[in-house]
Amino acid sequence: MSAQLAGEPDAGSPAGPAAGAATGRGVGQWAFFVGRKLLRLVVSLLILVTATFIMVHLIPGDPVLAALGDQATPQLIALRRHELGLDLSLPAQYFHYLQGVVTGDFGRSIVTDAPVSQLLATKFPNTLGLAIPAFVLVVLIALPVGLLTAIRTRGGRGRVTRTLFVNITGLLNSIPDYVLATLLSLIFVVAIKAFPAAGNGTAASYVLPVAALVVGPAASLSRIVRVEALKVLDAEYIRAAKARRLPTLLRYWRHVLPNMLTASLTFGGMILAGLIAGTVLVENVFGWPGVGTVIAQAVIQKDYPLIQGILLVLGATVLILNMIVDFVLGVLDPRSRMGAH
Amino acid sequence: MANLSVENLRVRYGAATVVRGVSFDVADGSVVGLVGESGSGKTTVARAVVGLAGSSGAIRIGETDLNACSARQARRVRRKVQLVFQDSRSSLDPRFTVEQCVLEGIDRSEFRRRADASRRVAELLEMVSLDPGLARSRPGNLSGGQRQRVAIARALAARPDVLIADEVTASLDVSVQAVVINLLRELQAELGLTMVFISHNFALVRYMCDDLAVLFNGRIVEHGSVDEVISAPEHPYTRSLLAAIPEVGRRRLLSDSAAEATAIGDRPAVGGCDYRLRCPVGPVAHADREICRTDDPVTEAGGRLHQAGCHFAHRKDGAGVPA
Amino acid sequence: MTEVARKPRRFPLSTAIPLALLLLFVFLSIAGPWLWGTDAETSNVAVADQGISSAHWMGTDDLGRDVLARTLVATRSSLVLAVLATIVGGCAGVALGLLSAVSRRLGRLIDGAIGLLLAFPALLLAIFFAVLFGIGSVGSVLAVGAAFAPGFARITQTLTASVISKEYVEASRVLGKRPLYLTFRHILPNIGEPVILYSTIHIGTAVLALSGLSFLGLGVQPPSYDWGRLLNEGLTRIYTNPGVGIAPSIAIVLAGLTFNMVGERLSDILGGRTAAPPKLPSKQRGLDPAPARAETTGTTGELVEVRNLRVVYHTVDGVTTPVRDVSFSIAPGEKVGIVGESGSGKSMTASAVARLIDTPGRVEARTLRFLDADLLGHGTEVDRHLGRNMSVVFQDPGEALNPAIKIGTHLVEPSVIHQREPKPAARRKAIKALGSVAISDPARRFRQHQHELSGGMKQRVCIAIGLMGEARLIIADEPTTALDVTVQRQILRLINDIGEMTGAGLLFISHDIAVVSELCDRILVMYAGFVVEEARTADVFTSPAHPYTAMLLAASPDMDTDKSRQLPTIDGRMPGPGVDLPGCYFAARCPRADVTCTESAPPLRTLAEGHRVACWHPLTGAGAAGDDELTGVEAKI
Repeated sequence: MSAQLAGEPDAGSPAGPAAGAATGRGVGQWAFFVGRKLLRLVVSLLILVTATFIMVHLIPGDPVLAALGDQATPQLIALRRHELGLDLSLPAQYFHYLQGVVTGDFGRSIVTDAPVSQLLATKFPNTLGLAIPAFVLVVLIALPVGLLTAIRTRGGRGRVTRTLFVNITGLLNSIPDYVLATLLSLIFVVAIKAFPAAGNGTAASYVLPVAALVVGPAASLSRIVRVEALKVLDAEYIRAAKARRLPTLLRYWRHVLPNMLTASLTFGGMILAGLIAGTVLVENVFGWPGVGTVIAQAVIQKDYPLIQGILLVLGATVLILNMIVDFVLGVLDPRSRMGAH
Repeated sequence: MANLSVENLRVRYGAATVVRGVSFDVADGSVVGLVGESGSGKTTVARAVVGLAGSSGAIRIGETDLNACSARQARRVRRKVQLVFQDSRSSLDPRFTVEQCVLEGIDRSEFRRRADASRRVAELLEMVSLDPGLARSRPGNLSGGQRQRVAIARALAARPDVLIADEVTASLDVSVQAVVINLLRELQAELGLTMVFISHNFALVRYMCDDLAVLFNGRIVEHGSVDEVISAPEHPYTRSLLAAIPEVGRRRLLSDSAAEATAIGDRPAVGGCDYRLRCPVGPVAHADREICRTDDPVTEAGGRLHQAGCHFAHRKDGAGVPA
Repeated sequence: MTEVARKPRRFPLSTAIPLALLLLFVFLSIAGPWLWGTDAETSNVAVADQGISSAHWMGTDDLGRDVLARTLVATRSSLVLAVLATIVGGCAGVALGLLSAVSRRLGRLIDGAIGLLLAFPALLLAIFFAVLFGIGSVGSVLAVGAAFAPGFARITQTLTASVISKEYVEASRVLGKRPLYLTFRHILPNIGEPVILYSTIHIGTAVLALSGLSFLGLGVQPPSYDWGRLLNEGLTRIYTNPGVGIAPSIAIVLAGLTFNMVGERLSDILGGRTAAPPKLPSKQRGLDPAPARAETTGTTGELVEVRNLRVVYHTVDGVTTPVRDVSFSIAPGEKVGIVGESGSGKSMTASAVARLIDTPGRVEARTLRFLDADLLGHGTEVDRHLGRNMSVVFQDPGEALNPAIKIGTHLVEPSVIHQREPKPAARRKAIKALGSVAISDPARRFRQHQHELSGGMKQRVCIAIGLMGEARLIIADEPTTALDVTVQRQILRLINDIGEMTGAGLLFISHDIAVVSELCDRILVMYAGFVVEEARTADVFTSPAHPYTAMLLAASPDMDTDKSRQLPTIDGRMPGPGVDLPGCYFAARCPRADVTCTESAPPLRTLAEGHRVACWHPLTGAGAAGDDELTGVEAKI
């Protein structure tokens, strides 16, 4: 059956690291690391593209017919099918699709016949306009809050703080972004009328959507940061640093922070990727002219080229974000540069 | 009972070969000790013998070569070699009761009724000086020494011919260690078990074993009877090991000069003797001993009763360069 | 936070609240449509789009239907679909995870796929699968389930991998058990709990995800509705009736919270954290008062002076006293060893002297001084003083070095901070220190990180760090336990050489009495938080006075042990730190014990010059009773 269960070559503990090979020259190590990550990105993107391609072809029935409905004339159907290249063989379609993606041609909407790339070009920046400030805020809030709470609640102290923290973050974590967006809208738009209801015209219009995006993830990440910080604070090497009587601030800055960041970032990456999904939901509450408002309609209308285009763009953003997180991790944690996958 | 014979055993771990051609015999009913530092491969040898690690080379229990026979036959014969691990906390399933742990060792075809099997479990627990009433407890509620004894009972339940004890007392306190060691000696004598005793503690090995093999970097560098190897070690590594044993009341470590050359942590280039960078009588200490750099003595050692793989080991007849 | 008396109440608040909420939701799922179904469906255009009123607590929707009723009725579809989605995701994920952990080739493929899928947020995956499976109840359940599967797969993989590598699974393999047996008897039971926990929490996530899909219009389709659908339909009308937004919002949040709380509570219970932590007692229970007649052998001018040291811990499990009564001194340049088994309190003693004990631990002593500074005080001055004059070497060198920091930084920091040395000078000094602990190529090592060094090298680095100051005292807590015997020898010689060179004193802790005897002039033997014997090294071996010391010496075989005899042993275990006894803590195991021993604790008395023992019937000196009946062997030379 399995190699693992049936017996794999295994060793007790291999003798210490071979002195020469492990370190390598700094630059070479970095180049190798960056190269690997880029390669990974390219492969993932390829898989993403393929997945969006296959998605359409797995659906039973004729996509064009499904999109246009019974009313459409056979000529229109045939026209659209030809435009979409659906009359070609499958590999040819795939190649055509790939070609399109690389050159920036994502096809045309079945419903409106407008070029998808145009739609993406106008709408996607607006989505980014929400997502990026949200990223920054989440990190800026969660890191200090998590660390400070950890310091305060170490070793069973600060029971009150701990209870408050756990309960408040637990509560905030349970409010999904679209619900929060609705509630914020209710309070600040309907009741108090302090902010605009929809659209991204003014700077003020950013406040509510970004707030709705930030609260949950910031609560979640600060919990993780706290747990990781506690782990580090209890580590033997921090005890050793205390034994060397290093001043507290230095200890935190140079000894605690880098180790804490490493683990927090890994989770943080996932949370930040979730922000991208969050924008899809929040945009719908505030009528934000981003891709989020478009995709729901597109799915309902079965407008596949549009769906593919949006999923591609959102998916690619997530993958690039992951790669950036990996790079930052590489800077912070020398071990991850070294070839461990 | 059967004897255990290992010939040219090689075990790979990824790209590295951790065990590089180990051969030794354990006569029926005798005890062989394996000593070596961490990374020497002694645990890997044990794992290979019981089938936890894939290997090449011959592993013979009695007449059967485990690496050469059919899978079914290997499975049947494999049960005759049992292993007791170092850490009893992780070698017993925390969700099992003591009885369930020991039952795992019993061959299902041996007992028809559950009641008979339970009786056998009680028997085994008494054999390892444990109160049979503990059968319902869980390992988490037992002390380290008790747990280790449960592990031994489980191994014995399989009615093995060969028992391998891998650092079984390393995580135990001195007072508890004595209990377990006494038990192992008693069981070995009573049941006539062929035993392989792995330890980094030379004194324990001397106390428990008849023969002794010293491993370094995946190979045996010296092999002989325990008394011979300890009283007249030939390989410089063996001598370093013996010289490094702290002994109560004797302040030797600090004064004795037969210390290793200090470059630890570096690996010698391939070819020649593995030990040459640390050897107190090798090229680091005596620049003219070029042969250590070029000829690997371990593969050339052989045919001597007390075998040591070193170009400058004492010869039995007294001639030769004193090291 | 509830206060709990002796026994935890059956249902503390932390269990009662989630349980109550859970029951509420279950009730609503079952009875909701039956109780409010008609209200939810009755449309009455005349009262359409009304705001909050006494007749309709959450107002009415555009068809005049009562919003609150609809919300309550929607509980069933929202929760049932969420549970279904979790089951779908769970089964698919766990199966994939098990498969990947167990099959080599397929495993790598699956692992890669899971890794890739996990990079994407669940909603995006759900949308992708919604396109595939279609919109509507069935489609969205499958879509959310598929979106969750990678998470389940990953956690199953990780858990399974950790269980498979556990030694009890290996032991089973050695016993000849086949993979199927291993899966069902060992793997599944051991991963079951965490997986169930994960699932419970995930139901909450599923509620949120499904509602999200419905909110986008991709989930439940009219005329069915769930909370998300209600929110979707009501969003445009919150201006006229806020109720259409509030009611489903509260429902969603409450459901998410409930499952979160249930999950956490379940995790606490399974992890054994059942009761709320007890209140700390304001008074200690009667611990033995420090014996007032403790005799001292030291005089002032000592490097270290410790009198009646006690370390107490107040934790959720009660009060423990790992160090009960320890007194000793170290003269300048003297090497003192503390020997004991695990639980004897030797490490705690060292930590107390090094001022490394944190709350909830408390250090008490009549005297605790180092170089004329009172270690019981507070303040940064004491810290600076210690930073310059005391250096500590820990057991596990791998753990003592910060993985994120270069080796060189570890060395240079203390000098720069405590001795205000300029960086370049400190760097030179550090490289020299590395060289003096015999690390090859010190300049290169300076730039490396801890994972690039072997165990022996790391320990030398730790010692080198101690060399950077002008330490008057080196505290070494089991510094060589994790090292091979040849490396141990080098480290011991190194420590000795440093002591000789700098004239620093040494406090050496170990469970290995032979190692301690190599290095130290004086040895303290500790048992159950007490010093039971203190003597010069030679005296400890030639004439051990305490029965425990004698047993310790006899039970450890050396190269001359008689092979024909069994190793001497004593039954029983050392009393733990939570136990309080009126008499000698060794009495239960001691063959020489009598009533006096069990009733009153023997003080540490001087037996001969430089030899103290805490025993009513010591083996040698005053009160000794002839032959060593404990070990039956001659005392060793």
